[in-house]
Amino acid sequence: MNFGFNEEQDLLRSTARKFLDNECASETVRKLMDGPEGMTPDLWKKIAEQGWTGLIFPDEHGGMGLGFVDLVVLMEEMGRSVLPGPFFSTVLLGGLAIREAGTDTQKKSWLPRISSGEARATLAWMEPSAELGARGITLQAAAKGTGFTLDGTKLFVHDAHTADVIVVAARTSSGQNPPAGGQNPPAGGQDPEDGVSLFLVPKGTPGMSVTLLPTMDQTRKLCEVELKNVVLGAEALMGQAGSGWVPLARVIDRATVALCAEMCGGAQKVLEMTVEYAKIRQAFGRPIGSYQGVKHKAADMLVDVENSKSITYYAAWAMDEGVPEGQLAVSMAKAYVSDAYRRVSGAGIQLHGGIGFTWEHDLHLYFKRAKGSEFTFGDATWHRERVAQLVNL
Amino acid sequence: MDFALTPEQTSFRDEVRSWLAKNLPKDWSNRMRVGSDVPRPEVYDFLRTWQRKMYEAGFMGLTWPKDYGGRGLTFMEEMILQEQIALAKAPPVLNILAIGMAGPTIIAYGTEEQKRRYPAKMLSCEEIWCQGYSEPNSGSDLASLQTRAEKVGDHYVVNGQKVWTSIAQQADWMMLLARTDGTAEKHKGITYFLLDMHSPGVAVKPLKQLTGDDEFNEVYFDNVKVPEANILGGLNNGWAVGMTTLMYERLALGFGLQVRLRIALDGLVDLAKRTKKNGAPATQDPNVRQKLAQMWIDTEVFKYTGARAITKLLKGELPGPEASAGKMMWVEGHQRLQELAMELQGPYSQLGRGSRWAVDSGVWQYSYLRSRANSIEGGTTEIQKNIIGERVLGLPKG
Repeated sequence: MNFGFNEEQDLLRSTARKFLDNECASETVRKLMDGPEGMTPDLWKKIAEQGWTGLIFPDEHGGMGLGFVDLVVLMEEMGRSVLPGPFFSTVLLGGLAIREAGTDTQKKSWLPRISSGEARATLAWMEPSAELGARGITLQAAAKGTGFTLDGTKLFVHDAHTADVIVVAARTSSGQNPPAGGQNPPAGGQDPEDGVSLFLVPKGTPGMSVTLLPTMDQTRKLCEVELKNVVLGAEALMGQAGSGWVPLARVIDRATVALCAEMCGGAQKVLEMTVEYAKIRQAFGRPIGSYQGVKHKAADMLVDVENSKSITYYAAWAMDEGVPEGQLAVSMAKAYVSDAYRRVSGAGIQLHGGIGFTWEHDLHLYFKRAKGSEFTFGDATWHRERVAQLVNL
Repeated sequence: MDFALTPEQTSFRDEVRSWLAKNLPKDWSNRMRVGSDVPRPEVYDFLRTWQRKMYEAGFMGLTWPKDYGGRGLTFMEEMILQEQIALAKAPPVLNILAIGMAGPTIIAYGTEEQKRRYPAKMLSCEEIWCQGYSEPNSGSDLASLQTRAEKVGDHYVVNGQKVWTSIAQQADWMMLLARTDGTAEKHKGITYFLLDMHSPGVAVKPLKQLTGDDEFNEVYFDNVKVPEANILGGLNNGWAVGMTTLMYERLALGFGLQVRLRIALDGLVDLAKRTKKNGAPATQDPNVRQKLAQMWIDTEVFKYTGARAITKLLKGELPGPEASAGKMMWVEGHQRLQELAMELQGPYSQLGRGSRWAVDSGVWQYSYLRSRANSIEGGTTEIQKNIIGERVLGLPKG
């Protein structure tokens, strides 16, 4: 057994740290989050030059063919810098969906461009109902000729306004009877996981309109995507009609692990900032970190951060190895890290006192990222229930 | 990153598994099904026999050097063993203070003679050890201890008192911290002795705990003679030696604690499935499901944080103050688990041993009460947080 990183992974971490410290310091983050795109062409190009946009895609599609344990290292560093912009949506959502569900032609057409940084992608799966399960996918895709017509609204879509292509999850049928013995037979005797289809919808497709939404975490850009009578050819369908839920769920699980890693990196940074401050800030004639009221809170933060890393690394390993308890690992990680990052970033503000509540201090960037991430791909309550189901409670 | 076992490790795991299946006392597994598994006075004899059996099968002291009675294996095998013990719900190790603390410390600091004399008999349970650290006026501030050892000829004479001394009534030996230089700064005048509990002048007085059991004791020393040869790690070097002991304690317990938490959780889930709430098993109640799932997650998280620490050990790094985090987590998790067991029982949680209405014969009530000690024994949670704050995070001392 070896639950540590290898030399290449350590090197990736130090390279990423150096790059992001130079290219994405706090002033840059603040400039980027103020703009609508959350990214500049110049920085995006530099990120792509690092090979990161192709990190998890196969060599044959211009990527580096690395795994999730490698990716976790990079995501931690990005979370540490609260990197804004479409990296997450392009690689972990749109790109990964094309990798998991795309036909050979679709992969050949998009993955090399995503790997090189030339194209940006995203995934539109949630709707105003905010349901996380397959039942939440109600956007209609009606068969028309050899193609389809899509109608409906997608919400909470990351970076749709800058994406060159959007993977849209839609319903091509209401679903067949569920398999016997299913754990949670859906109402009406139908299986909502059946009948979900994924489509590739390029930017500028007639009938698709994208609205950028104001977000609490300005470093994350979320959109509403409206599809009105959007006509797509057969070539837009990804894989078999009606069987899109399985690959979609795989994508979401993997993106969740990547998000957890990003959250770990952010929490680690908040801990470091707070400890540093507690060493120098004086009150009643001595550093506040010498008081147990502060010291004990910092110790609790450390435990939260270290535990978050442990369960996230385990989940990443589980993704790479394809072990049967993979879903359980993902839900355990997201449940734990969602609570932990919220606690740690909140405690960071508390221990800083007044300065921690200012716009000028960076803590609020982490605090807001923590809150947004908490509700992305399911919060702790949702994942605890999934854990309960997976361990047969 | 790789969680897979090598073929050798797999065959070791199978060996442990089949041995346990064959040798595990049947009625014990019933008793272990619920609650935690702190050795209680009424089962000491049984546990002594059980440890002896484990020893004879070669499952004690896996990581200790062969020369001193161990098997010279790695922490990996130790972890595999602990995991199988958990899965089989096997009894705990009685001589845990010797195995977890005294032994590794003697192996680290002892003379060749000491290393040949003591560790093997710890493993076989021929000699049981207790820990003489805390005193009535020295708990968290251990370095303020007042028990004195004065040199007279070729031996030392010990006078004073220890307290909260678990299994002292069974113990043959004690790891004793005593003051040998009253003029030195408080950390610098302490010596670590190996004290024969059968020496004249040692008096053990059981202390009744709030559980009603006499698990720990007061130990009085009235002019007790200890040979100079029983000093471990040098005169006035006891603080460093004693801290090593504590580091090993938290590390050794780390393996064991993960296992104990898993056993207790399995018992809790079983209890929840048998308990009715609003006419259905409690496991169908959304609130109970949330709490059980969180316990499940915390138990697994604890395991993987432990696995990261073991990885460091396997790479040759020494156990560090991080072990304090593990102890703290276990405490919080275990106390929460026991509280949840009470919550599941509702009004029945009021009934203890002896009532025909008591759930599981009242064993949960015992483990609930016993769990209050967890955040005090082996260093209070407050002290663990100081250690993390000062030695891991580098915050200034108060």
